[in-house]
Amino acid sequence: MEKRVTFKGWLLPLALIAPQVVISAVFFFYPAAQAIWQSLFIPDPFGLSAKFVGLGNFEFLLSDKFYRASFLTTAVFSILVTLCSMIPALFLAVIADRLIKGSGVYRTMLIWPYAVAPAVAGVLWLFMFNTRVGVVSWYLGQLGYDWNHVLNGGEAMGLVVVASAWGRISYNFLFFFAALQSVPRSVIEAAAIDGAHFWRRFFTIVLPLITPTAFFLLVVNIVYSFFETFGVIHTITAGGPQQSTTILVYKVFSDGFVGQDLGSSAAQSVILLFVVGLLTVIQFKYIEKRVHY
Amino acid sequence: MKKYLFGALAATTALSPVAATAETEIQFWHAFTGRLGELVAAQVEEFNASQSDYTVVQSHKGNYSETLNAGIAAFRAEEQPHVLMVFEVGTATMMAAGGAIKPVYEVMAESGADFDPDAYIGAVKGYYTTTDGQMLSLPFNSSTPVLWVNRDAFEAAGVDPDMDLSTWENVGEALDALKAGGEECPLVTAWQSWIHLENFSAYHDVPFASQDNGFAGLDTELMLNGPAQVAHLSAMGQWAEDGKFIYTGRRNEGGANFRAGECALFTESSAGYAGIKAEAEFDFDVRPLPYWKAVADEPQNTIIGGASLWIMSGHDAEEYKGVGEFLSFLSTSDVQASWHQNTGYLPITGEAGDATRAAGFYEQNPGTDIAVIQMTAKEPTANSKGLRLGSFDQIRGIIDEELEAIWSGDKSAQEAMDSAKERGDTLLRRFESANR
Repeated sequence: MEKRVTFKGWLLPLALIAPQVVISAVFFFYPAAQAIWQSLFIPDPFGLSAKFVGLGNFEFLLSDKFYRASFLTTAVFSILVTLCSMIPALFLAVIADRLIKGSGVYRTMLIWPYAVAPAVAGVLWLFMFNTRVGVVSWYLGQLGYDWNHVLNGGEAMGLVVVASAWGRISYNFLFFFAALQSVPRSVIEAAAIDGAHFWRRFFTIVLPLITPTAFFLLVVNIVYSFFETFGVIHTITAGGPQQSTTILVYKVFSDGFVGQDLGSSAAQSVILLFVVGLLTVIQFKYIEKRVHY
Repeated sequence: MKKYLFGALAATTALSPVAATAETEIQFWHAFTGRLGELVAAQVEEFNASQSDYTVVQSHKGNYSETLNAGIAAFRAEEQPHVLMVFEVGTATMMAAGGAIKPVYEVMAESGADFDPDAYIGAVKGYYTTTDGQMLSLPFNSSTPVLWVNRDAFEAAGVDPDMDLSTWENVGEALDALKAGGEECPLVTAWQSWIHLENFSAYHDVPFASQDNGFAGLDTELMLNGPAQVAHLSAMGQWAEDGKFIYTGRRNEGGANFRAGECALFTESSAGYAGIKAEAEFDFDVRPLPYWKAVADEPQNTIIGGASLWIMSGHDAEEYKGVGEFLSFLSTSDVQASWHQNTGYLPITGEAGDATRAAGFYEQNPGTDIAVIQMTAKEPTANSKGLRLGSFDQIRGIIDEELEAIWSGDKSAQEAMDSAKERGDTLLRRFESANR
């Protein structure tokens, strides 16, 4: 039986939802409407004049092969970041779940990186892989591998993926750990008595039971890699070399705030808005069905 | 504690109406931190102390791009400063914003301050004047690229450090000899687009863009895929492939390598002087930027990089009078000479250069006059007056990307520059339609 509270009048419920409505209106609907409006113009940077171009900005963007390529870059980047942050997190959570002593310390240590801001994480990784003074690039040099993410697009992509995924592992770890703790012991014990070894129990029993969490994390991580990795990319590669790490959100920034092309930047924001909308629809359609509260 | 008390006192005094009417406040937004920030603050303090009618308030607003953005955002919110520092690549953006700026020549004429446009070095002011000679913004910090030589590295590789490095042909031979002598980083550069394309074109008197590099109109197209530029970049690409030219990044990352003594030759701004002098534990030389003998019999002049001061519109006449006074103060030969000597930036007036020479500075610091000579030896041509291209910050980004394709061997110099032209022209057309 679900519990429902019914209000008698209209005033109280309206007052209760008002703060949320106001916040959404001020921080979401108004700016979003502004972005859509602006995307129809080519304005000059100072706002002295604006030329109405209709969908001209979108046409300009979609006919630009570098913009289209940026979708692919974003997809590759997001998938890699998601995988690199979820798989190690799950592995660590499974190990931590088996610990009997000291799991508190272990847990705390694992959560730490989450406290590091993306831009700072970017700088840390950049120092390690700096082609001149970086510790890691020096060791790679000793092993005969010439690390140069300044010119090599693949290496640059690898570096921003690792730097973005690193802090995220902690976040995912927390969720996986909580999910693992909620798997009923009796089921696992029954399987153990039937002779299933650890990894078999994991893949046939535990993993299916934690899929709602995994799916939730999948969507959240993709959204993260779409929007919140800006700091990492800005500090490490600034989108280079040759646009190999220019993801959609970075292009919004560089066109708007470096190029002063606010029309194109607004149009890109609108396109991103639709991408987020799509991701949210997927999230609601699938997660709502699978997650049991 | 005492400091805070005084601060609080000063704040309350400033808030009282009596004090507020006594002096007219002038806002000055700039992009300098560290040593340069201190020097700017000192200039402002000196001006404030020199008279009692105006108070200039300087504030740092981030790097060049961020400062420009702050100015633009402030203008949109009608909170714009009086004086805004804008880097040279933002010049076209500012010029196109006719309603947002008040040209310097107008400010100076109205303020009645002494102003002689001819006192400014042609190659410096040319960047910021209209085609009919009206100065739009006041050059503030300007530098030009030169060749830095690590003499110790030359000797270690068994190459004569005094050899003639005035042409790229000779530099090519030096690179061969350095590489053969075991040098691992014969050549490194900073600001690749600025030095190896923009300055390269001016120095060889070939156009970088049509319409006099954008000076004559917004309908300009890039011409950086010409034979001279392609030949130079092909040679550089070959050197990169042979490990004679080491690419370190789009900005001045290479400076760290050079200052640590790891590289033999370094093409970098003359303003790199302060850093190199402070850090280098080896003998170094400053030489003029090399040119290709095969392209030009003798070099034209190089162009500047740096920033200028733009005056924003929408303030009172009385305030503009103060701005005029401040700009005159900045142009005085004492202020300019000390700025030039402290930073390695060029003096903006001929007089300041002469004062520096007379004080014996160039003899005590050999090579510091190379940049001045290189810029002023010849009267600038249409190809060497500077660049005035819209969205140029972004176009530089495109050029950087295409140059990276050459250095990594992904594209030939011709392919890369053709692509840079095509992509850059698209942005120029957008800028044209936004500002028509």
